[in-house]
Amino acid sequence: MDFIVANLPYLLTGISVGGQYALIAIGYTMVYGILRLINFAHGDLFMIAGFIMVYASASLPLYISLPLVIILTVVLGVLIERVAYKPLRSAPRMSVMISAIGVSYLLQNFAWYVTGGLAKIYPEIPWISDSVQIGPVSTSRITIITPILTIVLIIALVVLIKRTKIGMAMRAVSRDFETSQLMGININRVISTTFIIGSFLAAIGSILYFSRYTTVTPTIGAMPGLKAFVAAVFGGIGSIPGAVIGAFIIGICENIIKALGYTTFSDAFTFALLIVILIFKPTGLFGEKESEKV
Amino acid sequence: MSLIEVRDMKVRYGGIEALKGVSFDVEEGSIVTLIGANGAGKSTTLKTIAGLVKPVEGTITYNGEDITGLEPQKLVSKGIVLVPEGRRVFGNLSVYENLRIGAYLIKDKAQIEAQLEHVYDLFPRLKERSWQLAGTLSGGEQQMLAVGRALMAQPKVIMMDEPSLGLAPIIVRGIFDIIKKINEEGTTVLLIEQNANAALRVAHHGYVMETGNVTMEGTGQALLNDTRVREAYLGKAK
Repeated sequence: MDFIVANLPYLLTGISVGGQYALIAIGYTMVYGILRLINFAHGDLFMIAGFIMVYASASLPLYISLPLVIILTVVLGVLIERVAYKPLRSAPRMSVMISAIGVSYLLQNFAWYVTGGLAKIYPEIPWISDSVQIGPVSTSRITIITPILTIVLIIALVVLIKRTKIGMAMRAVSRDFETSQLMGININRVISTTFIIGSFLAAIGSILYFSRYTTVTPTIGAMPGLKAFVAAVFGGIGSIPGAVIGAFIIGICENIIKALGYTTFSDAFTFALLIVILIFKPTGLFGEKESEKV
Repeated sequence: MSLIEVRDMKVRYGGIEALKGVSFDVEEGSIVTLIGANGAGKSTTLKTIAGLVKPVEGTITYNGEDITGLEPQKLVSKGIVLVPEGRRVFGNLSVYENLRIGAYLIKDKAQIEAQLEHVYDLFPRLKERSWQLAGTLSGGEQQMLAVGRALMAQPKVIMMDEPSLGLAPIIVRGIFDIIKKINEEGTTVLLIEQNANAALRVAHHGYVMETGNVTMEGTGQALLNDTRVREAYLGKAK
Protein backbone atom coordinates (compact mmCIF):
# COMPACT_ATOMS: atom_id res chain seq x y z
CA MET A 1 0.00 0.00 0.00
CA ASP A 2 2.78 2.40 0.89
CA PHE A 3 4.46 1.58 -2.38
CA ILE A 4 1.34 2.47 -4.34
CA VAL A 5 0.77 5.67 -2.39
CA ALA A 6 4.38 6.64 -2.93
CA ASN A 7 4.21 6.03 -6.64
CA LEU A 8 0.66 7.11 -7.40
CA PRO A 9 1.73 10.71 -8.13
CA TYR A 10 4.10 9.43 -10.79
CA LEU A 11 1.40 7.33 -12.37
CA LEU A 12 -1.04 10.26 -12.36
CA THR A 13 1.60 12.52 -13.84
CA GLY A 14 2.34 9.87 -16.45
CA ILE A 15 -1.29 9.69 -17.50
CA SER A 16 -1.48 13.45 -17.63
CA VAL A 17 1.71 13.83 -19.66
CA GLY A 18 0.49 11.04 -21.92
CA GLY A 19 -2.66 13.07 -22.57
CA GLN A 20 -0.59 16.09 -23.55
CA TYR A 21 1.53 14.00 -25.91
CA ALA A 22 -1.64 12.51 -27.36
CA LEU A 23 -3.04 15.94 -28.23
CA ILE A 24 0.16 16.79 -30.11
CA ALA A 25 0.53 13.33 -31.64
CA ILE A 26 -2.88 13.54 -33.32
CA GLY A 27 -1.65 16.52 -35.32
CA TYR A 28 1.29 14.51 -36.61
CA THR A 29 -0.67 11.41 -37.40
CA MET A 30 -3.60 13.12 -39.13
CA VAL A 31 -1.40 15.22 -41.37
CA TYR A 32 0.64 12.14 -42.21
CA GLY A 33 -2.56 10.19 -42.92
CA ILE A 34 -3.66 12.71 -45.53
CA LEU A 35 -0.49 14.25 -46.98
CA ARG A 36 2.04 11.48 -46.16
CA LEU A 37 4.06 14.30 -44.64
CA ILE A 38 5.82 14.42 -41.27
CA ASN A 39 4.99 17.97 -40.30
CA PHE A 40 8.19 18.89 -38.47
CA ALA A 41 6.81 22.33 -37.73
CA HIS A 42 4.10 20.89 -35.48
CA GLY A 43 6.21 20.91 -32.30
CA ASP A 44 7.15 24.52 -32.98
CA LEU A 45 3.53 25.45 -33.50
CA PHE A 46 3.01 24.10 -29.97
CA MET A 47 5.83 26.37 -28.75
CA ILE A 48 4.39 29.42 -30.54
CA ALA A 49 1.03 28.72 -28.90
CA GLY A 50 2.86 28.97 -25.56
CA PHE A 51 4.36 32.35 -26.43
CA ILE A 52 1.07 33.69 -27.75
CA MET A 53 -0.41 32.92 -24.34
CA VAL A 54 2.51 34.61 -22.55
CA TYR A 55 2.10 37.81 -24.53
CA ALA A 56 -1.70 37.77 -24.77
CA SER A 57 -2.21 37.27 -21.04
CA ALA A 58 0.13 40.15 -20.25
CA SER A 59 -2.43 42.64 -21.43
CA LEU A 60 -5.70 40.74 -21.79
CA PRO A 61 -7.90 38.93 -19.31
CA LEU A 62 -7.89 35.13 -19.40
CA TYR A 63 -11.33 34.74 -20.87
CA ILE A 64 -10.07 36.59 -23.96
CA SER A 65 -6.48 35.37 -24.10
CA LEU A 66 -7.37 31.65 -23.87
CA PRO A 67 -9.67 31.63 -26.93
CA LEU A 68 -7.25 33.99 -28.67
CA VAL A 69 -4.41 31.47 -28.25
CA ILE A 70 -6.53 28.75 -29.79
CA ILE A 71 -7.69 30.92 -32.70
CA LEU A 72 -4.24 32.30 -33.53
CA THR A 73 -2.64 28.86 -33.34
CA VAL A 74 -5.23 27.46 -35.74
CA VAL A 75 -4.73 30.39 -38.10
CA LEU A 76 -0.96 29.90 -38.00
CA GLY A 77 -1.30 26.15 -38.61
CA VAL A 78 -3.49 26.70 -41.67
CA LEU A 79 -1.23 29.49 -42.88
CA ILE A 80 1.82 27.21 -42.70
CA GLU A 81 0.02 24.67 -44.85
CA ARG A 82 -1.05 27.30 -47.40
CA VAL A 83 2.35 28.94 -47.72
CA ALA A 84 4.82 26.10 -47.25
CA TYR A 85 3.05 22.88 -48.28
CA LYS A 86 0.25 23.68 -50.72
CA PRO A 87 2.50 25.06 -53.49
CA LEU A 88 4.43 21.77 -53.30
CA ARG A 89 1.37 19.54 -53.69
CA SER A 90 2.69 17.78 -56.78
CA ALA A 91 6.37 17.99 -55.80
CA PRO A 92 8.27 14.94 -54.52
CA ARG A 93 7.54 14.13 -50.89
CA MET A 94 11.10 14.93 -49.86
CA SER A 95 10.69 18.56 -50.98
CA VAL A 96 7.66 19.02 -48.76
CA MET A 97 9.50 17.49 -45.83
CA ILE A 98 12.43 19.87 -46.32
CA SER A 99 9.95 22.71 -46.46
CA ALA A 100 8.52 21.50 -43.12
CA ILE A 101 11.99 21.50 -41.56
CA GLY A 102 12.47 25.02 -42.91
CA VAL A 103 9.22 26.18 -41.29
CA SER A 104 10.30 24.58 -38.03
CA TYR A 105 13.54 26.61 -37.95
CA LEU A 106 11.74 29.72 -39.11
CA LEU A 107 9.33 29.53 -36.18
CA GLN A 108 12.14 28.85 -33.69
CA ASN A 109 14.23 31.73 -34.95
CA PHE A 110 11.25 34.02 -35.02
CA ALA A 111 10.70 33.16 -31.36
CA TRP A 112 14.38 33.83 -30.59
CA TYR A 113 14.09 37.18 -32.32
CA VAL A 114 10.97 38.24 -30.47
CA THR A 115 11.96 37.04 -27.01
CA GLY A 116 15.67 37.70 -27.24
CA GLY A 117 16.18 34.09 -26.25
CA LEU A 118 14.97 34.58 -22.70
CA ALA A 119 12.68 32.05 -21.12
CA LYS A 120 9.23 33.44 -20.41
CA ILE A 121 7.04 32.46 -17.50
CA TYR A 122 3.70 31.02 -18.52
CA PRO A 123 0.78 32.72 -16.82
CA GLU A 124 -0.92 30.83 -14.05
CA ILE A 125 -4.44 29.86 -14.93
CA PRO A 126 -6.53 29.86 -11.76
CA TRP A 127 -8.62 26.86 -10.82
CA ILE A 128 -6.80 24.34 -13.04
CA SER A 129 -3.52 24.94 -11.20
CA ASP A 130 -5.10 24.53 -7.74
CA SER A 131 -4.06 21.49 -5.80
CA VAL A 132 -6.55 18.74 -5.09
CA GLN A 133 -6.52 15.71 -2.87
CA ILE A 134 -7.02 12.25 -4.40
CA GLY A 135 -7.17 9.78 -1.56
CA PRO A 136 -3.81 10.11 0.14
CA VAL A 137 -2.19 11.94 -2.76
CA SER A 138 -2.14 15.66 -3.35
CA THR A 139 -1.74 16.86 -6.91
CA SER A 140 -2.72 19.81 -9.07
CA ARG A 141 -6.12 19.82 -10.69
CA ILE A 142 -4.55 19.91 -14.14
CA THR A 143 -3.23 16.38 -13.65
CA ILE A 144 -6.81 15.18 -13.40
CA ILE A 145 -8.26 17.46 -16.05
CA THR A 146 -5.72 16.65 -18.77
CA PRO A 147 -6.56 12.97 -19.38
CA ILE A 148 -10.30 13.61 -19.09
CA LEU A 149 -10.23 16.52 -21.52
CA THR A 150 -7.97 14.55 -23.87
CA ILE A 151 -10.34 11.63 -23.94
CA VAL A 152 -13.39 13.85 -24.48
CA LEU A 153 -11.66 15.62 -27.37
CA ILE A 154 -10.57 12.34 -28.91
CA ILE A 155 -14.06 10.89 -28.71
CA ALA A 156 -15.38 14.04 -30.39
CA LEU A 157 -12.71 13.68 -33.08
CA VAL A 158 -13.50 10.02 -33.71
CA VAL A 159 -17.21 10.86 -34.03
CA LEU A 160 -16.32 13.63 -36.45
CA ILE A 161 -14.26 11.29 -38.60
CA LYS A 162 -16.62 8.33 -38.50
CA ARG A 163 -19.99 10.03 -38.59
CA THR A 164 -19.81 13.30 -40.49
CA LYS A 165 -19.56 14.16 -44.14
CA ILE A 166 -16.27 16.02 -43.79
CA GLY A 167 -14.90 13.06 -41.81
CA MET A 168 -15.90 10.72 -44.61
CA ALA A 169 -14.19 13.03 -47.08
CA MET A 170 -11.05 13.02 -44.92
CA ARG A 171 -10.97 9.24 -44.96
CA ALA A 172 -11.48 9.21 -48.72
CA VAL A 173 -8.77 11.81 -49.37
CA SER A 174 -6.34 9.91 -47.13
CA ARG A 175 -6.81 6.92 -49.42
CA ASP A 176 -6.86 8.48 -52.88
CA PHE A 177 -6.46 12.17 -53.84
CA GLU A 178 -7.40 11.87 -57.47
CA THR A 179 -10.53 9.78 -57.05
CA SER A 180 -11.65 12.05 -54.20
CA GLN A 181 -11.50 14.96 -56.61
CA LEU A 182 -13.61 13.00 -59.07
CA MET A 183 -16.29 12.73 -56.36
CA GLY A 184 -16.43 16.52 -56.21
CA ILE A 185 -14.44 16.76 -52.97
CA ASN A 186 -12.40 19.93 -52.65
CA ILE A 187 -9.18 18.38 -51.35
CA ASN A 188 -7.67 21.70 -50.31
CA ARG A 189 -10.60 22.26 -48.01
CA VAL A 190 -10.17 18.79 -46.51
CA ILE A 191 -6.46 19.39 -45.98
CA SER A 192 -7.14 22.75 -44.33
CA THR A 193 -9.65 21.05 -42.02
CA THR A 194 -6.99 18.56 -41.02
CA PHE A 195 -4.61 21.36 -40.13
CA ILE A 196 -7.36 23.18 -38.23
CA ILE A 197 -7.99 20.10 -36.08
CA GLY A 198 -4.30 19.37 -35.55
CA SER A 199 -3.50 22.97 -34.60
CA PHE A 200 -6.54 23.22 -32.34
CA LEU A 201 -5.47 20.14 -30.40
CA ALA A 202 -1.86 21.38 -30.26
CA ALA A 203 -3.10 24.67 -28.79
CA ILE A 204 -5.09 22.83 -26.09
CA GLY A 205 -2.08 20.58 -25.47
CA SER A 206 0.13 23.64 -25.13
CA ILE A 207 -2.17 25.26 -22.56
CA LEU A 208 -2.21 22.07 -20.49
CA TYR A 209 1.52 21.43 -20.84
CA PHE A 210 2.73 24.91 -19.99
CA SER A 211 0.35 25.23 -17.08
CA ARG A 212 2.43 22.47 -15.57
CA TYR A 213 5.97 23.22 -16.83
CA THR A 214 5.66 26.96 -16.59
CA THR A 215 8.60 28.15 -18.72
CA VAL A 216 8.40 28.77 -22.45
CA THR A 217 11.59 28.96 -24.54
CA PRO A 218 12.02 29.03 -28.33
CA THR A 219 13.21 25.42 -28.45
CA ILE A 220 10.73 24.00 -25.95
CA GLY A 221 8.60 22.52 -28.73
CA ALA A 222 11.33 20.10 -29.76
CA MET A 223 11.11 17.55 -26.93
CA PRO A 224 7.33 17.17 -26.53
CA GLY A 225 7.09 17.37 -30.33
CA LEU A 226 9.59 14.56 -30.78
CA LYS A 227 7.96 12.41 -28.12
CA ALA A 228 4.54 12.92 -29.63
CA PHE A 229 6.05 11.97 -32.96
CA VAL A 230 7.50 8.80 -31.43
CA ALA A 231 4.06 8.09 -29.96
CA ALA A 232 2.50 8.47 -33.41
CA VAL A 233 5.07 6.12 -34.93
CA PHE A 234 4.67 3.68 -32.06
CA GLY A 235 0.90 3.55 -32.54
CA GLY A 236 1.27 3.32 -36.31
CA ILE A 237 1.51 6.65 -38.06
CA GLY A 238 -1.77 7.60 -39.72
CA SER A 239 -3.83 5.90 -37.00
CA ILE A 240 -5.54 8.13 -34.44
CA PRO A 241 -6.23 5.48 -31.79
CA GLY A 242 -2.66 4.29 -32.30
CA ALA A 243 -1.25 7.75 -31.62
CA VAL A 244 -3.36 8.14 -28.49
CA ILE A 245 -2.46 4.76 -27.04
CA GLY A 246 1.20 5.29 -27.97
CA ALA A 247 1.18 8.68 -26.25
CA PHE A 248 -0.32 7.33 -23.02
CA ILE A 249 2.12 4.40 -22.96
CA ILE A 250 5.11 6.71 -23.43
CA GLY A 251 3.87 9.22 -20.85
CA ILE A 252 3.23 6.52 -18.25
CA CYS A 253 6.46 4.60 -18.90
CA GLU A 254 8.58 7.75 -18.67
CA ASN A 255 7.14 8.59 -15.29
CA ILE A 256 7.38 5.05 -13.96
CA ILE A 257 11.05 5.15 -14.90
CA LYS A 258 11.33 8.40 -12.98
CA ALA A 259 9.58 6.81 -10.02
CA LEU A 260 12.12 4.01 -10.03
CA GLY A 261 14.86 6.59 -9.70
CA TYR A 262 16.23 6.52 -13.24
CA THR A 263 15.12 10.03 -14.23
CA THR A 264 18.23 10.47 -16.38
CA PHE A 265 17.10 7.64 -18.61
CA SER A 266 13.45 8.57 -19.08
CA ASP A 267 14.07 10.37 -22.41
CA ALA A 268 16.46 7.67 -23.53
CA PHE A 269 13.70 5.14 -22.98
CA THR A 270 11.40 6.92 -25.44
CA PHE A 271 13.95 6.98 -28.20
CA ALA A 272 15.15 3.45 -27.52
CA LEU A 273 11.50 2.47 -27.90
CA LEU A 274 11.44 4.22 -31.29
CA ILE A 275 14.46 2.25 -32.46
CA VAL A 276 12.98 -1.03 -31.26
CA ILE A 277 9.68 -0.37 -33.03
CA LEU A 278 11.37 0.60 -36.26
CA ILE A 279 13.32 -2.65 -36.17
CA PHE A 280 10.59 -5.07 -35.17
CA LYS A 281 7.33 -3.48 -36.26
CA PRO A 282 7.92 -0.55 -38.61
CA THR A 283 4.18 -0.06 -39.16
CA GLY A 284 3.54 0.39 -35.42
CA LEU A 285 0.75 -1.05 -33.31
CA PHE A 286 -2.16 -0.12 -35.57
CA GLY A 287 -0.44 0.99 -38.73
CA GLU A 288 -1.66 -0.10 -42.13
CA LYS A 289 0.68 -2.06 -44.27
CA GLU A 290 1.89 0.01 -47.18
CA SER A 291 0.63 -2.10 -50.01
CA GLU A 292 0.08 -0.58 -53.38
CA LYS A 293 -2.78 -2.40 -55.03
CA VAL A 294 -2.42 -2.75 -58.75
CA MET B 1 -24.69 21.30 -81.32
CA SER B 2 -23.43 18.24 -79.51
CA LEU B 3 -23.48 17.87 -75.74
CA ILE B 4 -19.69 17.68 -75.55
CA GLU B 5 -17.47 19.10 -78.26
CA VAL B 6 -13.74 18.57 -78.00
CA ARG B 7 -11.72 20.69 -80.40
CA ASP B 8 -8.04 20.35 -81.18
CA MET B 9 -7.14 19.30 -77.62
CA LYS B 10 -3.41 19.01 -76.89
CA VAL B 11 -1.94 17.63 -73.68
CA ARG B 12 1.71 17.36 -72.71
CA TYR B 13 3.25 15.33 -69.90
CA GLY B 14 6.64 16.90 -69.40
CA GLY B 15 8.07 17.01 -72.88
CA ILE B 16 5.92 14.23 -74.26
CA GLU B 17 2.88 15.15 -76.29
CA ALA B 18 0.18 12.71 -75.18
CA LEU B 19 -2.62 14.30 -77.21
CA LYS B 20 -1.70 16.00 -80.47
CA GLY B 21 -4.91 17.78 -81.29
CA VAL B 22 -7.91 15.59 -80.60
CA SER B 23 -11.37 16.56 -81.81
CA PHE B 24 -14.61 14.66 -81.40
CA ASP B 25 -18.26 15.09 -80.44
CA VAL B 26 -20.51 13.36 -77.98
CA GLU B 27 -24.20 13.60 -78.86
CA GLU B 28 -26.67 13.93 -76.03
CA GLY B 29 -28.24 10.60 -75.10
CA SER B 30 -25.78 8.48 -77.03
CA ILE B 31 -23.07 5.99 -76.20
CA VAL B 32 -19.76 7.07 -77.70
CA THR B 33 -16.66 4.95 -77.50
CA LEU B 34 -12.99 5.71 -78.04
CA ILE B 35 -11.00 2.66 -79.01
CA GLY B 36 -7.32 2.25 -79.65
CA ALA B 37 -4.16 0.59 -78.45
CA ASN B 38 -2.35 1.24 -75.18
CA GLY B 39 -0.78 4.67 -75.14
CA ALA B 40 -3.09 6.07 -77.80
CA GLY B 41 -4.25 8.76 -75.37
CA LYS B 42 -7.71 7.47 -74.48
CA SER B 43 -7.31 7.73 -70.73
CA THR B 44 -5.66 11.12 -71.04
CA THR B 45 -8.63 12.32 -73.08
CA LEU B 46 -11.08 11.35 -70.35
CA LYS B 47 -8.91 12.74 -67.57
CA THR B 48 -8.64 16.02 -69.43
CA ILE B 49 -12.41 16.29 -69.84
CA ALA B 50 -12.81 15.44 -66.13
CA GLY B 51 -10.43 18.25 -65.17
CA LEU B 52 -7.64 16.11 -63.73
CA VAL B 53 -5.27 17.10 -66.53
CA LYS B 54 -5.06 20.60 -68.03
CA PRO B 55 -4.77 20.82 -71.81
CA VAL B 56 -2.11 23.12 -73.24
CA GLU B 57 -4.29 23.96 -76.23
CA GLY B 58 -7.78 23.37 -77.49
CA THR B 59 -11.26 23.72 -76.06
CA ILE B 60 -13.89 21.52 -74.51
CA THR B 61 -17.46 22.75 -74.57
CA TYR B 62 -20.39 21.27 -72.72
CA ASN B 63 -23.89 22.38 -73.67
CA GLY B 64 -22.25 25.24 -75.54
CA GLU B 65 -20.35 26.39 -72.47
CA ASP B 66 -16.55 26.42 -72.40
CA ILE B 67 -15.44 24.04 -69.63
CA THR B 68 -11.75 23.79 -70.57
CA GLY B 69 -9.51 23.55 -67.52
CA LEU B 70 -12.25 23.71 -64.87
CA GLU B 71 -11.65 22.03 -61.52
CA PRO B 72 -12.94 18.45 -61.21
CA GLN B 73 -15.49 19.39 -58.54
CA LYS B 74 -16.99 22.08 -60.84
CA LEU B 75 -17.40 19.50 -63.57
CA VAL B 76 -19.03 17.02 -61.21
CA SER B 77 -21.53 19.67 -60.17
CA LYS B 78 -22.28 20.28 -63.87
CA GLY B 79 -23.05 16.59 -64.29
CA ILE B 80 -19.87 15.19 -65.85
CA VAL B 81 -18.42 12.27 -63.89
CA LEU B 82 -15.60 9.83 -64.57
CA VAL B 83 -15.43 6.21 -63.45
CA PRO B 84 -11.65 5.90 -63.23
CA GLU B 85 -9.57 3.07 -64.60
CA GLY B 86 -8.97 0.28 -62.11
CA ARG B 87 -12.21 1.06 -60.21
CA ARG B 88 -10.47 3.01 -57.45
CA VAL B 89 -13.15 2.41 -54.83
CA PHE B 90 -12.28 3.68 -51.35
CA GLY B 91 -11.25 0.41 -49.75
CA ASN B 92 -11.26 1.91 -46.26
CA LEU B 93 -14.89 3.02 -46.55
CA SER B 94 -17.97 0.83 -46.48
CA VAL B 95 -19.95 0.18 -49.65
CA TYR B 96 -22.66 2.50 -48.34
CA GLU B 97 -20.13 5.27 -47.62
CA ASN B 98 -18.61 4.90 -51.06
CA LEU B 99 -22.05 5.50 -52.53
CA ARG B 100 -22.72 8.42 -50.21
CA ILE B 101 -19.44 10.03 -51.19
CA GLY B 102 -20.46 9.75 -54.83
CA ALA B 103 -23.28 12.16 -53.95
CA TYR B 104 -20.88 14.46 -52.11
CA LEU B 105 -22.09 17.63 -53.81
CA ILE B 106 -25.80 16.86 -53.50
CA LYS B 107 -27.33 18.62 -50.51
CA ASP B 108 -30.90 17.29 -50.72
CA LYS B 109 -31.20 14.23 -48.43
CA ALA B 110 -34.35 12.91 -50.12
CA GLN B 111 -32.66 13.11 -53.50
CA ILE B 112 -29.68 11.13 -52.18
CA GLU B 113 -31.98 8.48 -50.68
CA ALA B 114 -33.88 8.13 -53.95
CA GLN B 115 -30.70 7.81 -55.94
CA LEU B 116 -29.36 5.26 -53.45
CA GLU B 117 -32.49 3.14 -53.95
CA HIS B 118 -32.02 3.42 -57.70
CA VAL B 119 -28.41 2.24 -57.50
CA TYR B 120 -29.41 -0.63 -55.20
CA ASP B 121 -32.05 -1.63 -57.77
CA LEU B 122 -29.43 -1.70 -60.51
CA PHE B 123 -26.93 -3.57 -58.34
CA PRO B 124 -28.76 -5.63 -55.68
CA ARG B 125 -25.38 -7.07 -54.73
CA LEU B 126 -24.29 -3.72 -53.35
CA LYS B 127 -27.33 -3.55 -51.09
CA GLU B 128 -26.51 -6.96 -49.61
CA ARG B 129 -23.00 -5.77 -48.89
CA SER B 130 -23.69 -2.19 -47.95
CA TRP B 131 -21.93 -2.40 -44.56
CA GLN B 132 -18.92 -4.28 -45.85
CA LEU B 133 -15.65 -2.45 -46.45
CA ALA B 134 -15.27 -1.84 -50.18
CA GLY B 135 -11.76 -3.26 -50.09
CA THR B 136 -13.18 -6.71 -49.33
CA LEU B 137 -15.35 -6.87 -52.48
CA SER B 138 -14.44 -8.92 -55.54
CA GLY B 139 -13.21 -7.20 -58.68
CA GLY B 140 -16.61 -7.35 -60.37
CA GLU B 141 -18.39 -6.03 -57.30
CA GLN B 142 -15.87 -3.20 -57.03
CA GLN B 143 -16.60 -2.26 -60.64
CA MET B 144 -20.34 -2.24 -59.88
CA LEU B 145 -19.57 -0.04 -56.89
CA ALA B 146 -17.44 2.32 -58.98
CA VAL B 147 -20.29 2.69 -61.48
CA GLY B 148 -22.90 2.99 -58.73
CA ARG B 149 -20.82 5.61 -56.97
CA ALA B 150 -20.61 7.66 -60.17
CA LEU B 151 -24.40 7.36 -60.67
CA MET B 152 -24.95 8.78 -57.17
CA ALA B 153 -23.89 12.18 -58.53
CA GLN B 154 -26.87 11.98 -60.92
CA PRO B 155 -24.65 12.63 -63.91
CA LYS B 156 -25.75 13.79 -67.34
CA VAL B 157 -22.57 12.35 -68.82
CA ILE B 158 -20.82 9.34 -67.39
CA MET B 159 -17.32 8.61 -68.66
CA MET B 160 -15.91 5.15 -68.10
CA ASP B 161 -12.26 4.23 -68.35
CA GLU B 162 -11.83 0.52 -69.14
CA PRO B 163 -14.75 -0.79 -67.06
CA SER B 164 -14.20 -4.38 -68.20
CA LEU B 165 -10.48 -4.53 -67.48
CA GLY B 166 -9.45 -7.64 -65.57
CA LEU B 167 -12.96 -9.02 -65.12
CA ALA B 168 -14.30 -12.48 -65.96
CA PRO B 169 -16.20 -12.69 -69.27
CA ILE B 170 -19.57 -13.30 -67.63
CA ILE B 171 -19.13 -10.21 -65.47
CA VAL B 172 -18.00 -8.18 -68.49
CA ARG B 173 -21.32 -9.01 -70.17
CA GLY B 174 -23.16 -7.77 -67.10
CA ILE B 175 -21.19 -4.52 -67.14
CA PHE B 176 -22.09 -3.86 -70.78
CA ASP B 177 -25.77 -4.60 -70.04
CA ILE B 178 -25.61 -2.02 -67.28
CA ILE B 179 -24.00 0.53 -69.60
CA LYS B 180 -26.87 0.07 -72.04
CA LYS B 181 -29.40 0.37 -69.26
CA ILE B 182 -27.85 3.56 -67.89
CA ASN B 183 -27.93 4.99 -71.38
CA GLU B 184 -31.58 4.03 -71.90
CA GLU B 185 -32.40 5.94 -68.74
CA GLY B 186 -31.11 9.03 -70.50
CA THR B 187 -27.49 9.33 -69.39
CA THR B 188 -24.92 10.04 -72.08
CA VAL B 189 -22.02 7.59 -71.99
CA LEU B 190 -18.45 8.14 -73.11
CA LEU B 191 -16.65 4.82 -72.92
CA ILE B 192 -13.11 3.76 -73.56
CA GLU B 193 -12.26 0.12 -73.85
CA GLN B 194 -9.56 -2.35 -74.77
CA ASN B 195 -12.42 -4.70 -75.54
CA ALA B 196 -13.17 -2.90 -78.82
CA ASN B 197 -15.58 -5.55 -80.03
CA ALA B 198 -17.95 -5.26 -77.09
CA ALA B 199 -17.59 -1.48 -76.95
CA LEU B 200 -18.46 -0.98 -80.62
CA ARG B 201 -21.45 -3.28 -80.27
CA VAL B 202 -23.09 -1.07 -77.66
CA ALA B 203 -21.88 2.26 -79.02
CA HIS B 204 -23.86 4.53 -81.31
CA HIS B 205 -20.70 6.23 -82.45
CA GLY B 206 -17.03 5.35 -82.23
CA TYR B 207 -13.67 7.04 -82.67
CA VAL B 208 -10.38 5.28 -83.24
CA MET B 209 -7.34 6.83 -81.56
CA GLU B 210 -3.72 6.26 -82.47
CA THR B 211 -0.74 7.88 -80.74
CA GLY B 212 -2.51 11.01 -79.63
CA ASN B 213 -4.72 11.51 -82.69
CA VAL B 214 -8.21 10.54 -83.76
CA THR B 215 -7.69 8.65 -86.99
CA MET B 216 -11.14 7.26 -87.84
CA GLU B 217 -14.73 7.67 -86.86
CA GLY B 218 -18.04 6.16 -87.68
CA THR B 219 -21.10 4.50 -86.20
CA GLY B 220 -20.36 1.53 -83.99
CA GLN B 221 -21.64 -0.83 -86.65
CA ALA B 222 -19.61 0.79 -89.44
CA LEU B 223 -16.39 0.53 -87.45
CA LEU B 224 -17.15 -3.08 -86.59
CA ASN B 225 -17.35 -3.83 -90.28
CA ASP B 226 -14.34 -1.78 -91.29
CA THR B 227 -11.46 -3.95 -92.45
CA ARG B 228 -8.72 -1.78 -90.99
CA VAL B 229 -10.44 -1.71 -87.58
CA ARG B 230 -11.04 -5.44 -87.76
CA GLU B 231 -7.40 -6.15 -88.45
CA ALA B 232 -5.95 -3.72 -85.94
CA TYR B 233 -8.33 -3.94 -82.99
CA LEU B 234 -10.69 -6.87 -83.33
CA GLY B 235 -8.10 -9.51 -84.10
CA LYS B 236 -9.99 -10.74 -87.15
CA ALA B 237 -8.62 -11.11 -90.65
CA LYS B 238 -10.78 -10.07 -93.61
